[in-house]
Amino acid sequence: MRLPDKTTTLKEAIAGIADGATVMVGGFGVPGTPFTLIHELVRQGQRGLTVIKNDANEAGMGIDHLLANGQVARLITTHLGLNAHAIALMNAGEIEVEFCAQGILAERIRAGGAGLGAILTDIAADTELAAQKQRVEIDGKSYVVENALRADAALIHANSADPFGNLDYVATARNFNPLMAMAATRVIAEAERVVPLGALAADDVHTPGPFVDCVVELGELSKEYAVVRR
Amino acid sequence: MVARAASEIEPGMVVNLGIGLPTKVIDHLPGDFPVCLHTENGLSGIGPTLPPDRADRNLIDAGGAYVSTVPGSAFFDSAVSFALVRSGRLDLTMLGAFEVSQSGDLANWKIPGKFSPGAGGGIELAQKARRVVVLTTHTDREGNPKLKEACVLPVTARRCVSRIFTELAVVDVTPEGFALRERAEGVSVAEIADATAAPLTVPAGEIPTF
Repeated sequence: MRLPDKTTTLKEAIAGIADGATVMVGGFGVPGTPFTLIHELVRQGQRGLTVIKNDANEAGMGIDHLLANGQVARLITTHLGLNAHAIALMNAGEIEVEFCAQGILAERIRAGGAGLGAILTDIAADTELAAQKQRVEIDGKSYVVENALRADAALIHANSADPFGNLDYVATARNFNPLMAMAATRVIAEAERVVPLGALAADDVHTPGPFVDCVVELGELSKEYAVVRR
Repeated sequence: MVARAASEIEPGMVVNLGIGLPTKVIDHLPGDFPVCLHTENGLSGIGPTLPPDRADRNLIDAGGAYVSTVPGSAFFDSAVSFALVRSGRLDLTMLGAFEVSQSGDLANWKIPGKFSPGAGGGIELAQKARRVVVLTTHTDREGNPKLKEACVLPVTARRCVSRIFTELAVVDVTPEGFALRERAEGVSVAEIADATAAPLTVPAGEIPTF
C-alpha cells in the first residue's frame, strides 16, 4: 500500500475557495502566516469572505492584502493592535469584526476540528465580549457557551510536508496552524519543503495527513516571510 | 519601579510578562535566575531578545519581539498555550492598565471610541494567572488617576489584581481596598493619595521607599 499524493499547484489549491467562504488562516504575526496562499487568494479575488485569524498581520502584509482588496466582509480575531489599517476599516464599518479571547478562539477552532458543537468557559464572562452569549449552569457554576468554529477552507503554513499531507511546524510558527488544520472542509497547506513519504518520522508529525487536502510546495520564500526590521 | 517589580518574581515560577513595560522586568533579573517565562504564542522558556541580524524569523514573543530559547524550552500550539494559563500553571502575570478598581478589577483592553484593538490573550492572563500584578503610570497622560473606586472603562477581568507598581508607589489591593506598601524615593504619602481616586489605607509608621 502507498499513501495518496495530495501535492497540487498553488492555483488549483486556492481555486476550490468560493465567494462568501469562511477561511481560517494560520499564523501569529509573521511566523506561521501562509503568505503565498494569501497572495494567490488575493490574485484570484474571491469576495465576501469571513476570515478567522489570530491577528490581522501588519499593514501591507499577509491578510492586510485581503482587507485592502475589499475581499473580507467579516473578521473573527483576537487582536488588531499591529495593523492600524484594519482598525480604520473596522471603525469605518467596512469590515465587521468579532473579537474573541485568544485561547478561547483556539479552543473554538479545536472543538470545530474535533466534531464538537461548542465549549463552556468562564473566560470573559464579566466582559462585554460575552454579554450577548448563552449561559449554562454546571454544578452550580455559570459558564458562557462559545460555539465551535469550522471553515470552508483553512490556509496553513508548514515547515515540511510529505505528499500525503503529514505536516510539521517549527518554533512559534506552530500557533494556530495545527488547530485550523483540523477544522476546515478543505485544508490547504503550503510547505517550505515537501519531503518523500517516510522522511517525516511518524512520531514527529504534528498534523496527521488525513486532515489535509492539498499540499503546495513553496519555492524561494518571499520577503514577507523574513525577519521584520522595525 | 521596573526593578522593584522584578523582585515580585520568585525562583521556580512560571511567569508571563505582558506587552510593553512588563517585558522590561526581565532585564532586572540575574542571568542564572531560575524562572520559566511563558509567551502566549507558544513558548515556555523564553531566552534573550535578539537583534535582527541574529533573529530567527520563526521565533517571536506575543509582542512581536525576536526572542530565543534556553536549554529546556518547549514549543506548543495556541490551545496548549492557554490550557497552561487557564489550568492554574501560570504563577504570575504582569500587565499594563488603563484603570484598576479598589476591588482589583482591571481595565486594559478598550477605550470606547479611541482604542479598541482587541484583548488578545489578556483576558485569560488577567482572569486565570495565580497572581496578577499591574505595572503602570499612577495617572494617565492627562493626569487622571488610574487607581479608582470603580472602573469606568470596559473591564478585562474582575477582582484579579493583587498589587500595583507605579512610578510613585507600590499599592496592594486588599479586602478593604487600596493599601499603600511602599513609596518611591522623594515622593510623599500625600502626593500618592492625591494621585489616587479612591481611599488609600496608609499603615502606621515609616513607609519603606524604593
